[in-house]
Amino acid sequence: MAQYRHQLTNRTDNAIRRNMGKVILLFTPLMASVLTGCVQVTAPDRPIVINLNIAIRQEILYKLAAASEKVIEENPEIF
Amino acid sequence: MKNSVEMMIAALLLGATATSAVAFQSGRDPAYQSARASGLVGEKSDGYLGFASSPSPAIRALVEDINIKRKAAYSKEALANGATVEEMALRSGCRLIGERTVAGEKYQTPSGQWKTRDGSAPELDPRCPQ
Repeated sequence: MAQYRHQLTNRTDNAIRRNMGKVILLFTPLMASVLTGCVQVTAPDRPIVINLNIAIRQEILYKLAAASEKVIEENPEIF
Repeated sequence: MKNSVEMMIAALLLGATATSAVAFQSGRDPAYQSARASGLVGEKSDGYLGFASSPSPAIRALVEDINIKRKAAYSKEALANGATVEEMALRSGCRLIGERTVAGEKYQTPSGQWKTRDGSAPELDPRCPQ
C-alpha cells in the first residue's frame, strides 16, 4: 500500500509535476520583473523654482502710510 | 543789555538745532552710520538693508542684526494694521528710500541695481504709493 502511494505521487507523468512546470514557466518572467523593477527617479532637467513673491495688496500699501511713518520714527536706531 | 539777551536767545536756538541734529544722528550705531555714508550699506526696495559691496564680517553682523530688528518692528506694526509683514516692509522701504536716504547713500532700484542718491528723485518700486 505504501509502495503504491509512492508510485502515485512520484511518477514522471504525474499531473502535479506536469502542471508545476507550467506554473514555474509562467511565474519566472514575473519574478524577474519584480526583482529588476526598481523605481526610477530622475532629476528634472530644469531647477525647481519656488515662487516666493508674496502678493502685495496695493490698497493695503496706501493704508500703511501712517504705520510706516510710525515704525521708522519709533525705532531710530534701526533705520 | 538788550543785545546780550538777543545773543543769549540766538545761542540757545543754535544750541537747540545742533542738539536735534546730533539726536537724529545718534539714533544710529556709529559703525552703521559710517557704513551708510560710505555707500557700503544701502536701502533695498523691500524695506531691509543690503550690501552694495562685500562687507567685513563685523558690518555683515551689524546689518543682519538691524534687519532682524526691522522685521520684528514691521511684524508688530503689520499685525496692528491687518497687513502682511512683506506689505509693511515694502511700504516702509518706499519711505526709507524716498525720504530717509541722503545724497551719497546707496539704494537698490527695483531691478536690483545699486544707485547712489543725488539731487534727483530715486527709482522706487512701482507699487509704492505716489
